[in-house]
Amino acid sequence: MTVLSIDSSALPVSCAVISDGRMTAEFTVSIKLTHSETLLPLVDDMLKKCGLSLKDVDALAVSKGPGSFTGLRIGCATVKGLAMALELPVIPVPTLEALAYDIYCTDALIVPMMDARRKNVYAAIYEYKDDGLYELMPQSAVSLDFLLKKVDSYGRKAVFTGDGIYPFEEDLRAALSIPFSVAPPHLSMQRAGAVGALALKLYEKGLYTDAENFRPDYIKPSQAEREKALAEKNGTLRELSAGGHSLYV
Amino acid sequence: MKDVLILGIESSCDETAAAVVKNGREVLSNVISSQIDIHTLYGGVVPEIASRKHIERINQVVSGALKEAGVNSSGLDAVAVTYGPGLIGPLLTGVSFAKAYAYALSLPLIGVNHIEGHICAVYIENKELEPAFLCLVVSGGHTHLVRVRDYGEYELIGRTMDDAAGEAFDKIARVIGLGYPGGPKIDMAARDGNPEAVSFPRGHGLSEYDFSFSGLKSAVLNYLNTCEMKGEKIVAADVAASFQKAVVDVLVVNAAKALDNFGDKRFAIAGGVASNSLFRSEVEKECLGRGVDFFVPSPVLCTDNGAMIASAGYYKFIKGEFSSLSLNGVADLELCPG
Repeated sequence: MTVLSIDSSALPVSCAVISDGRMTAEFTVSIKLTHSETLLPLVDDMLKKCGLSLKDVDALAVSKGPGSFTGLRIGCATVKGLAMALELPVIPVPTLEALAYDIYCTDALIVPMMDARRKNVYAAIYEYKDDGLYELMPQSAVSLDFLLKKVDSYGRKAVFTGDGIYPFEEDLRAALSIPFSVAPPHLSMQRAGAVGALALKLYEKGLYTDAENFRPDYIKPSQAEREKALAEKNGTLRELSAGGHSLYV
Repeated sequence: MKDVLILGIESSCDETAAAVVKNGREVLSNVISSQIDIHTLYGGVVPEIASRKHIERINQVVSGALKEAGVNSSGLDAVAVTYGPGLIGPLLTGVSFAKAYAYALSLPLIGVNHIEGHICAVYIENKELEPAFLCLVVSGGHTHLVRVRDYGEYELIGRTMDDAAGEAFDKIARVIGLGYPGGPKIDMAARDGNPEAVSFPRGHGLSEYDFSFSGLKSAVLNYLNTCEMKGEKIVAADVAASFQKAVVDVLVVNAAKALDNFGDKRFAIAGGVASNSLFRSEVEKECLGRGVDFFVPSPVLCTDNGAMIASAGYYKFIKGEFSSLSLNGVADLELCPG
């Protein structure tokens, strides 16, 4: 089985091919380039360098979220287009679980976290059990403060990974009483190789869908939906829907 | 010559649309999934929600267009997609999907300017229409007076200096309580109103053919404020009719000037606002008086749709103007760069 996997959920844009259990190629770029311009040429380049064509691919895997809303959409729309044209199954892979999969078979807790701005993170907590990742806290959008208290409460060693480790390393030091470490650069970024490897496990469990039914998992509603829900709760919806011209609505 | 079938994909704002068009002018299918009911709850288009809806619907819309056209993907000759101008999130969804779809089918990809799409919508029902002609594209996001010199060759004669005409419709409809989308709501309300009831200013831009609608918008808001303070009752139909007349006057004056100065014998209107009944009839009057042929697409082709993108794509296809896999969405894409 050959899986083409994609991750464009954050700063890196990455694609990989895993064929019969071996990774044939993984192309990853992590610079401030527009994923929209980079992703498909990267896939094309990789397939050509491997002497492969899309016809050799049996399934597509993609990092489904959380992540940058725009980045997720570029990756997911790309996969939806490929999957529809080629009539291939789509294996949606949780972004943070793939990040956690870069750290293998440790006794420590694995805490992938992505910077979601204003001291908020997308994070999850995993541990290894029976050679597989076991979820202690599902992918969530939480405050950094909440996450660190939660991790600390386990009283066990933890490994942090993901782009959240860069802005928040000082915060980790200040807030945690448990022993912890942060993953090295090559294991702390979204990589399509991990997405593809995890996708194979999900595929075995029947966790795949098709082009039409697949959609990203943003975890968070849009800002407008959040504000609307809040306004409904507070009874101030009229002002909100007037878009600033509250007087006449 | 062999028939050319192009799949056109449009997602620049709040319509997810796809169509299959034969030889640029024969619509085999035109599927439009509107998000109006969702954005109505927010009083206007919310870009993030629009983007999310596009990605949920794009596969169904594209497969619907193929099915309705009675073709499968192997029957297509190219994939055309709007890459700007528009809202960046919605644009990127369509662009990313179209690129991948074309790539996987080894089909040429054609990036289309949304304004050019609106102009090409005029070709679809007017098989005899050929460039050159003048075209006034008026929609929620754009107000462009364009001279179409040839297929794919445009001269931008005038444009709005501030708000698009359709944007002004949306805003005023909202403040007088008609809701979203403003264009059809104001058109409807204005039928029972007096267009002379309130005198609103007619704004023009710096150059001869430019437009301006922000002054008009402020004038309407000021009028409503004043009425509110004086405790006077607002007659929404009169405000709608007077506002609509002011917008149409501004559009028509510039159109008439361009007709007189350029001497074109063909004039077209396109874009969402081209569905406005007063705008249609006033421009037609100006054209008739000058012996100018007047063209306007049916409402379904005035609104954002995939057929117009496929049509524009066709004229690029026959010129061999294709896009690369690095095609990006461009929110402020110009019709005539430089």
